[in-house]
Amino acid sequence: MIRFILKRLGSGLVVLFAVSVLTFFLLYISSGSIARNILGDQATPEQLAVKEAELGLDQPIVTRYFKWLTDALGGNLGASWFSSEPVANALATRIPVTMTMVFSAMILIAIVATLIGVAAAVKRGWVDRVVQIGAIIGDSIPGFVIGIILVTVLAIQLGLFPATSTISPGEPPSAWVLSLTLPVIALLINGVTGGAQQIRSAVIKQLERDYVRTLRSRGISEREVLFKHVLRSSAPAGLTVLSLQLIGMLGGVVIIEQIFALPGMGPLAVAATSQSDQPVVMGVVMYTVAVVILVNLVVDLLNGWLNPKVRAS
Amino acid sequence: MTESLESSPLTPVPGTTGQTGTVVRSTVLKRLFKNPLGILAIVILLAISLLAIFADVLAPFEENFANISKTLAAPDAVNILGTDSSGRDVWSRLLFGARLTLLSALLCAAVAIAIGLPAGLIAGYYAGKFEAVSNWVVSILMSLPGLIVLLTIRAAFGPSVWIAMIAFGVLISPSYFRLTRSAVQSVRNELYVDAARVSGLSDPRIITRHIFSVVRAPIIIQTAAIAGVAIAIQSGLEFLGLGDPAKATWGVMLSEGFKNVYLTPTLLFWPAFAMALTIGALVLLGNAIRDALEDGEKIKHRRKPAVKGTTTAPAAAAKRSARKTPAAVDAGTEHHLVKVTNLGVGYPQADGSLKKVVDDVSFHVDRGEILGIVGESGSGKSQTAFSILGLLPDTARIVAGSIQFDGNYTVAPGEELVSQERLSRLRGRRISYIPQEPMSNLDPAFTIGYQLVTPMVRVLGISKAEATKRAMKLLSDVGITYPDRTFKAYPHEVSGGMAQRVLIAGAISCEPDLIIADEPTTALDVTVQADVLDLIRDLQRSLGVGVILVTHNFGVVADLCDRVVVMQNGRLVEEGAVRDILRQPKELYTQTLLASMLEGKTPMSMLVSSQKEPVS
Repeated sequence: MIRFILKRLGSGLVVLFAVSVLTFFLLYISSGSIARNILGDQATPEQLAVKEAELGLDQPIVTRYFKWLTDALGGNLGASWFSSEPVANALATRIPVTMTMVFSAMILIAIVATLIGVAAAVKRGWVDRVVQIGAIIGDSIPGFVIGIILVTVLAIQLGLFPATSTISPGEPPSAWVLSLTLPVIALLINGVTGGAQQIRSAVIKQLERDYVRTLRSRGISEREVLFKHVLRSSAPAGLTVLSLQLIGMLGGVVIIEQIFALPGMGPLAVAATSQSDQPVVMGVVMYTVAVVILVNLVVDLLNGWLNPKVRAS
Repeated sequence: MTESLESSPLTPVPGTTGQTGTVVRSTVLKRLFKNPLGILAIVILLAISLLAIFADVLAPFEENFANISKTLAAPDAVNILGTDSSGRDVWSRLLFGARLTLLSALLCAAVAIAIGLPAGLIAGYYAGKFEAVSNWVVSILMSLPGLIVLLTIRAAFGPSVWIAMIAFGVLISPSYFRLTRSAVQSVRNELYVDAARVSGLSDPRIITRHIFSVVRAPIIIQTAAIAGVAIAIQSGLEFLGLGDPAKATWGVMLSEGFKNVYLTPTLLFWPAFAMALTIGALVLLGNAIRDALEDGEKIKHRRKPAVKGTTTAPAAAAKRSARKTPAAVDAGTEHHLVKVTNLGVGYPQADGSLKKVVDDVSFHVDRGEILGIVGESGSGKSQTAFSILGLLPDTARIVAGSIQFDGNYTVAPGEELVSQERLSRLRGRRISYIPQEPMSNLDPAFTIGYQLVTPMVRVLGISKAEATKRAMKLLSDVGITYPDRTFKAYPHEVSGGMAQRVLIAGAISCEPDLIIADEPTTALDVTVQADVLDLIRDLQRSLGVGVILVTHNFGVVADLCDRVVVMQNGRLVEEGAVRDILRQPKELYTQTLLASMLEGKTPMSMLVSSQKEPVS
């Protein structure tokens, strides 16, 4: 077990390393005019040279990468080239906003999609048809368009929610809840419709398995068959879908934050990438990829717990 | 017919498979065009494509032509959908936007296919190092959050839709890779591919001829989905203002509308509508193709049962005479453990007709007696057994007759469904079941101990500790040498024979009055079969239960049963004491069945005699 976790963490680190190299070298392509972008058109060649030396841009790319790597391993992610704010600080103030949304959306998706998917699989009939149609509609409308519709109708036309966020560290939790409700709904609708569809077909497939009939023949109640056995065997399919949705959501949340003017990672990522603010971009990319790696690890562990056959290998 | 040819070993002759491939596709196409939603999707996509292609001709204005004196105007004769905040014509921009959006989706899908398909073919066909490396690359690509990467790409290469879509194509190529690889892996060792290899076809030819035809349809479905995702991502980037501002796209229009949401919210409507319509049509198209393919498979699967239902005229006539004879049952007054009277089971078909799988079957079982139900596959013997258990598939209907258990109706005359309320009180408690296939009948996620203990706790209401004690005893009773080890094991950790012993232990755990055994030895090795039959006989004798033994094997019947019911095509052919039927089968069908089953099966007949000896 511990060996499995260590092995997976090890391969996760390799992925992180590969991504960091790729990102760093990609950003290098656009780093030619950075000093001028920072100092403005009036800067003299001397000033530019000084700035480039200060940022280490006069060094060869490989040297710069290893400088970044050793600093990062020592816990220092550097500071923004434009605002001089330490990257760790910028991330620390924004991660709570983004991750609150992403993880509340994921938890809600898991619960709601399971309930709807199981209901559709067991009851069939109209519930099933509604879920199927819902899945098509959910697939047809991108999450950020749903966000725009929600803002327009519920916040601007009806005034039920704030159209732009009022959250900041000092605000009471109720303001957070009110500000985050619509963005979370926008994030989760695609996930619920898609997830319910997947869980529906997984449950239907499991219900047709032989062992279900044998359990019924043993006098086990329908409820226990469904919630203890069928749901457990359907869970790996659901978990895989959830983890893919989470990866997508880490990108989708960028646009949602823009729509709702939320001070999360999204605006930071957009600003940093459009300025080629290398330390910030590196920080954002590393953080998101690390989250994905951890989530995938958790999903694998859960799958092992759910399925003894996987555990053995 | 074409499907069966595809997988048959007779088709490997080069050239013919290509032909069958096209036949399959044309039937799928035919089915696709019968689906109204599929046609709707195709019509919408065609219409949008035509509008996009002829945008130059159809659009009344240039995409960036701005009439500054007429901003945020309502629709009128000149600007049929109104104008935006710079006075640009919404309809024209919508058309030019369609062109860019569709092209970018195509580019993205093309890049993803160009990378994913060949890589998947090679990895699936040759496996080895290439597969290991590509799996690693795939796992990296799949753990990258797409939009964040695209933002980084944009930082490196500037705001180009095309570069972004190429990058996204690369990011999403694993979906084609995995699809292709698993499809190829599943056919790689098919007989017709082997035969093609033996007949000297080169690998590239095998891949293009035989394997490509397998992945074609899934790839079309996948492409519909991916084009939709690409449109969403591309519009999202444009919405964030990260695209080329000189181009009209739906994303830019959404962003423009969102800025003016307080003044003219209708500006949001048109691009959002166009996007939802296009992606929706793609989703519907993908679903329709999938349905068309799956319907084909369903027909393929249904073909066999469909043959079962059709009774040939002479056979039916033969049985009609037999139907009258089963003596004791028709008299009706005797008290039997199970009494099945004129039972009919059918499945309503899509066209409104009813496919009968069991027709006018009557028999009875008494305590302490083993009744064999024998017949070839499709004779309705398992359906009859499941009717008694109340575990027919959801779609099955009781179309005639009744079933009584210990004097009470579980299916009263005229009832369409088995009463689950009545049977849930009997199942596990008084009627139990030994299935055919041991491995698939244990839940792989729970230990064997758990699956033995829980029914006892639920049904008998005893404590877990007591149930555990009983389970240990049961396991040793059914001949398992190390009960505690098996108790703790998961189903995948034991052999098939042991799993069947576990299932038998489960069947007797709550001291039932009736055990229904559905081909309990068919899936086992010959050597294990004898042991399991011995076990069933010994348990039946010591517990004094009634047993219904469903089998296709007259050897098993001769060995175990007291009486036997012979079924064919859902009807009862003959019924009587085993000895009589074996010696003097009255019906022709029974004679042929007997002859075909005993002929040339020396191991089985030896098995029968070797078991008779120790008992008698």
